[in-house]
Amino acid sequence: MKVKSWIALVFLGPNLLGFLAFTLLPIVASLVLAFYSWDLFSPPKFVGLQNFVDLIGWRINESGSLEAVNPRFWYYIYNTLFLMIGLPFAIFGSLFLACLLNRRLLGRNLFRLLYFIPSIVGGVGVYLLWKWIFQPDYGLINSVLWYLGLDGPRWLESTFWVKPALMLMNFWGSVGGMNVVLYLAALQNINPELYEAAEVDGAPPWLQFWKITWPMVSPTTFFILIMGIISGFQGGFDAAYVMTRGGPAGASTTLSYYIYETGFQFFYMGRASAASWLLFLMVMAFTWLNWKTGANRVHY
Amino acid sequence: MYKERRIADIRDVRTRTLEISKRTTIWLLLLLLGISMIYPLLWMVGTSVKTIDPILLAEEGARSSIFPEGRDILKNLFPERWHWENFIEVFREVPFGRYFFNSVLISGVVTIGQLITCSMSAYAFSRFSFGGRDKLFFCYLGTLMVPVTVTLIPTFILLSWMGLIDTYFALIMPGMFSAYGTFMLRQFFMGIPKDLEEAAGIDGCGPFRIFWHVILPLSKTALATLAIFCFLANWQSLLGPLVKVNSDELKPLTLGLLNFVDLNSANWPLLMASSLISILPLIVLFLLGQRYFVSGIRLGGVKG
Repeated sequence: MKVKSWIALVFLGPNLLGFLAFTLLPIVASLVLAFYSWDLFSPPKFVGLQNFVDLIGWRINESGSLEAVNPRFWYYIYNTLFLMIGLPFAIFGSLFLACLLNRRLLGRNLFRLLYFIPSIVGGVGVYLLWKWIFQPDYGLINSVLWYLGLDGPRWLESTFWVKPALMLMNFWGSVGGMNVVLYLAALQNINPELYEAAEVDGAPPWLQFWKITWPMVSPTTFFILIMGIISGFQGGFDAAYVMTRGGPAGASTTLSYYIYETGFQFFYMGRASAASWLLFLMVMAFTWLNWKTGANRVHY
Repeated sequence: MYKERRIADIRDVRTRTLEISKRTTIWLLLLLLGISMIYPLLWMVGTSVKTIDPILLAEEGARSSIFPEGRDILKNLFPERWHWENFIEVFREVPFGRYFFNSVLISGVVTIGQLITCSMSAYAFSRFSFGGRDKLFFCYLGTLMVPVTVTLIPTFILLSWMGLIDTYFALIMPGMFSAYGTFMLRQFFMGIPKDLEEAAGIDGCGPFRIFWHVILPLSKTALATLAIFCFLANWQSLLGPLVKVNSDELKPLTLGLLNFVDLNSANWPLLMASSLISILPLIVLFLLGQRYFVSGIRLGGVKG
């Protein structure tokens, strides 16, 4: 529709103003800030690439070997990536649930509801709940393990177990949610004749799953994977802030928690901006990589 | 012939029993998984009505305690007597009502704001032709992948320059515009057939009346979906308020709960009662708007 430009501006204006002021301008400002050293109180100082070197730089130490300028930052990258190991489990879990739910069963809608609810409750309240569940002596998890004759670990207090604990919590919060809805939609689009033909040929159920279901839902899997990786890179702040304060010994500090800490507790605004841009670049690189490698393995 | 039929019958019965037993197994499996998914929330309810008061515990026995004897998770799920007074206690100890009100206010206003600004810009993007439209839309799309942490620091600095840190304005204003909402609604508007608008145009309707009387009524589902997702996200958001607010009377529930943790670090019944109050609106919203969840996921997701 051709309209006078003032009309277009009236419609576009409110959102555009907000978009410029609270999205586009901050993005540019943050990139500029990444090259400055600034603590909010004294005037900002241009430092070139120093912030980036301080984060991901390498140097040769006295004994002549290569070492990271800031090994902690690499550790936080590792933490962030490590927490994403939970992603394939959640994907398979969702697909498994969707396959079970994709048939006429008594109380099917009730089941869907049961599985969905953990994924819509969230925020500080749920993190507090899980802090209580992981309580080493009387928590729910260790009580269950005790039933099975196991002595549970000290979960959130252990540098080794804190990450599996967070992964378990994330699994609970995502497995029955929107991914199941997406998979159910994908399963309903598969032509039932494919299964009938396989049945006639005597293919066992697991083979039918592997040769028909899995390839046919691969676009959905691909989508879920990409979204999961994008949010995985940015995730972990809320849980770390409420449950562990990034500890013990930084074992649950993810990139977003590090950026918050650097910017708003130590007031290194420049370095925090540089770190958030590194995070952004990582998200883009991974998404691009996924796109390149995944696109030809997906069946449309 | 008679014999043949009997064999077929037997075979039929056999496959049917096989089918029934398979179904029962799947059903039992689903039930078991469902219970284990929901059990943490039951545990939350159970803990919230227990007590740590030693006098009451002496009366009621260890089952009312959060540290029961033995580790029987089924027997210890609920206490001897349900201490509903915990839920009143929560409101007495901290200004929990105020936190709750703040959360409703912030999430509500942000949601209404997004509905207005996003539907208008989405209409402009989907129906008007003006110079640079596609480039601008591409700009919007490009920012969808930018992490929140990138914009957090400059937004904070901008707000503090304007002297607006620690105000409702800081909590509400930046959230009222969303590239995602614009994108989602634009996709939906694109799917609305243009014949209706053309007919309305011939009848002498201008773009404002077409937007108000044709487009918006046809997009109720998409608008409801955006509203629900927006409300949920704002209700749960922690990082933004954490950075922008210091004074107690402006804090939303998320921050209020953290205050509560500092005051009662070991009082798990009270902590769980307050957490339960904070997630209850989410469950209610979900139950009321279930179908919008499903349609929203499909709208934002892939086709097929």
